[in-house]
Amino acid sequence: MILHELIDYEILRVIWWALLGVLLIGFALTDGFDMGVGALLPFVAKTDVERRVVINTVGPVWEGNQVWFVLGGGAIFAAWPPLYAVSFSGFYLAMFVVLAALIVRPVAFTYRSKRESPKWRASWDWALFAGGAVPALLFGVAVGNVLLGVPFHLNEMLMPRYDGNFAIKFIGLLRPFALLAGVVSLSMLLMHGAAWLCLKSEGLVARRARRIGALAGMTAMAGYALGGLWLAVGIDGFAFVDDVVRDGPSNPLYSEVARGGSWLSVYAERPWIAVAPAMGFVGMALAIQGLRAGREVSTLLWSKLAITCVISSVGLTMFPFILPSTAHPDSSLTVWDSSSSHITLFIMLICTAIFMPLILMYTAWVYKVLWGKVTEADVTGNSDSVY
Amino acid sequence: MELDVVELSRLQFAMTAMYHFLFVPLTLGLSVIVAIMETVYVMTGRPIWRQMTKFWGTLFGINFVLGVATGITMEFQFGMNWSYYSHYVGDIFGAPLAIEGLMAFFLEATFVGLFFFGWDKLSSVQHLMVAWLVALGSNFSALWILIANGWMQNPVGAEFNPDTMRMEMTSFFDVLFNEVAQAKFVHTVSAGYVTAAVFVLGVSAWYLLKNRHVELARRSITVAASFGLAAALSVVVLGDESGYSASHTQKMKLAAIEAMWETEDAPVSITAIGFPDQEARETHYAINIPWVMGLIGTRSLTEEIPGINDLVEEAEVRVKSGIIAYDALQAIRKLRDATSDELRTTFEAHSDDLGFAYLLLRYVDDPREATLEQIAQAAEDTVPTVWPLFWAFRIMVGLGFAFIGVMAYFFYRSSFKDQTYPRWALWAAVFTIPTPWIAAEMGWFVAEFGRQPWTVDGVLPTALSASHLSVADLLITLAGFMLFYTILFIVEMGLMLKYIRKGPFQDVEETNAWEARHEHRLRTHDGKGPFAPAGASAASAVDPDMPGASATPAE
Repeated sequence: MILHELIDYEILRVIWWALLGVLLIGFALTDGFDMGVGALLPFVAKTDVERRVVINTVGPVWEGNQVWFVLGGGAIFAAWPPLYAVSFSGFYLAMFVVLAALIVRPVAFTYRSKRESPKWRASWDWALFAGGAVPALLFGVAVGNVLLGVPFHLNEMLMPRYDGNFAIKFIGLLRPFALLAGVVSLSMLLMHGAAWLCLKSEGLVARRARRIGALAGMTAMAGYALGGLWLAVGIDGFAFVDDVVRDGPSNPLYSEVARGGSWLSVYAERPWIAVAPAMGFVGMALAIQGLRAGREVSTLLWSKLAITCVISSVGLTMFPFILPSTAHPDSSLTVWDSSSSHITLFIMLICTAIFMPLILMYTAWVYKVLWGKVTEADVTGNSDSVY
Repeated sequence: MELDVVELSRLQFAMTAMYHFLFVPLTLGLSVIVAIMETVYVMTGRPIWRQMTKFWGTLFGINFVLGVATGITMEFQFGMNWSYYSHYVGDIFGAPLAIEGLMAFFLEATFVGLFFFGWDKLSSVQHLMVAWLVALGSNFSALWILIANGWMQNPVGAEFNPDTMRMEMTSFFDVLFNEVAQAKFVHTVSAGYVTAAVFVLGVSAWYLLKNRHVELARRSITVAASFGLAAALSVVVLGDESGYSASHTQKMKLAAIEAMWETEDAPVSITAIGFPDQEARETHYAINIPWVMGLIGTRSLTEEIPGINDLVEEAEVRVKSGIIAYDALQAIRKLRDATSDELRTTFEAHSDDLGFAYLLLRYVDDPREATLEQIAQAAEDTVPTVWPLFWAFRIMVGLGFAFIGVMAYFFYRSSFKDQTYPRWALWAAVFTIPTPWIAAEMGWFVAEFGRQPWTVDGVLPTALSASHLSVADLLITLAGFMLFYTILFIVEMGLMLKYIRKGPFQDVEETNAWEARHEHRLRTHDGKGPFAPAGASAASAVDPDMPGASATPAE
């Protein structure tokens, strides 16, 4: 196969770094509001009919949305195998908790309204709440830990190894800065879920969602600002010691990395990336204002902008680092040394170029078919075909 | 079993994968059956076919969601529990998984919501298209997963890269058109079709026995039996294709399945039944059928098939060759760009056997220091435990042939006996319901257990593939999965039974109105075809005393 030489290895790596971001953002934008809606469920809907309205606003779409997560996992596996290997086994118990939440959530959506018993429905409502809130929190905690660095190293056969026992590995994730990142992520997705409910529901439910969403938005904004400050003064960044080979073999041990300085020093080298955090603040502020004023479509769009920019700001700040190691900085995974081979990246890019536009097209069509508010009459009138 | 991380990880993987595969085959088959029913509805306009689509669609939905939920575990478990595997082969293995998401899972998951929620929002042709896209997505999904699994069985189109210490793709084309993957895909998908056909047949038979929803049940049996007969035939034929490909790609697995200790002269006989004894290296009370194995395995009467003892000797040669590769690899890793061409040539000549040297890591830290006994032991380790494979395979094959019989019988009654079925046959159909799941799980067991001690055949030993976790980590997640999956299983079964008992939602007024509108057309019909309108003959579905049923028997 010679075709893959058409695109330089270095460029392919940057493209796949960007695509990783696109998938994470796609997940946060779509499944994000499902999780937000789940976490809001007990607070915005009190009666059974209200709860069914809330659940049915995401009922037809959560399944497709969740694929962003599965595809994200698959794409990390295919394009960044060392990242997949190190992070999933390193965050083992945390991953298990996320998995549990993501297993119980689909089942809760589908099964909740298939029996009349209030006890049955109340249990599944809890599952929906936990299935939304727990991953929303833990994804942020994971991002916080990535910024802090993770205690792993690669041995001479490139086997991922971790320091500390299992209890430390899970509880060790819950460091103050990581928890702050978790709060930002949870409150941002609550805001996003509220923006969705503002668009898709009406009356009391929408009003409650708007009130809670605005509060969550302000929390997210404050947390994001605090996090930025913390990064500036309290957290060491990582950097390559020498110039790094950008199209060499994917072996993290071939390059030397040192800890020190601040992550934020890149803003001096590449001032343009300040656009991301700035637009993140703007998006959050406008989404909060939209929630208060009861604007529908624009609020959701501002919320999407906010999430996109907040996630991008983390990636751009860390570039080219993906998963730094505190235990052995040389083992850190970066864009230049933890990708798949040139051929695999090329083939995956072709597949993505073919299928991603198709996915976006038919997903847009589905949302168009489902356009409009979900009302109480929709739910009570079609008990057999809705959740 | 001692509690070590590798064994516990294997247990967890086996448990979660087999649990996942309780839901997958029904999803594969039922998605197609439901789409077929809806096609008939759109073509004929008869309301009963829409009611059938909705009814089987509801059961599909209850099952589908657990397939999706437990599939997430599979997608993440490689990284969580098998991190060295993920590093070592992710360059090849990850690609089909990601393409599965892009091409298949997105399709089925995006449209499945519309299938349930879109009845009032789409035209009937649009809705039909949605149903077929769900079926297509599910089946494509199986294709990519089996390309990934096929590569674990027969790792083509890849080579080891000393710089990155992993396997890297050399030909995507070879991975895609891996003969093992193709044979497995069609075999697995047809097994899914058989599962769904048996399910629809069994549930419908129960309705006929209870004299409920007779119109729906009779039509469903006709669909299930015709679809199921074709599927049951292909599952056996295509399973044979898998056997043929195993005879040249996975010789050890084939020999273990057949408990063939010694190489036999051609034409090779097959052991229909017997009691394999691993220590004595013989099969007690074996009943052999001459020639058959030669025909299945080699498609000839003149080729021989190697037995386990000869394959162990071959493995010993490969372990020794692997040690040479390992030695060269250590030198290359030190010298890097300064490596001489000579050394690289040596490595490349033996790199296919590197995995065999890794088998020695169970016994020594450095394979180069292995004693001859340890080398012999490593070669011995390439033999999987024979008796479970031998029996699991025979149960699967026996059931496979039985499904042909069941489906052929119901197809015959449906086509030539006015859709009448004796009570004993209906009861038999009800009790057949669990068997395709047994066959499918046995099939996976043979495929995966038969590949041991490897995760990737001949490339990476299972013992090396696991993550750096503690036993406590594994016990926590294992207990969590068991608890969780048991609860979900009980809940799912409860809902399935509830909805089967409840039966289809039948709109009597709509059906009557439709019949009245089309009365002129229905009158000219002979009333005996499978899609025939309800008439006098419908009454004979169970027994002649049954009152003449209309298209919607009053419940």
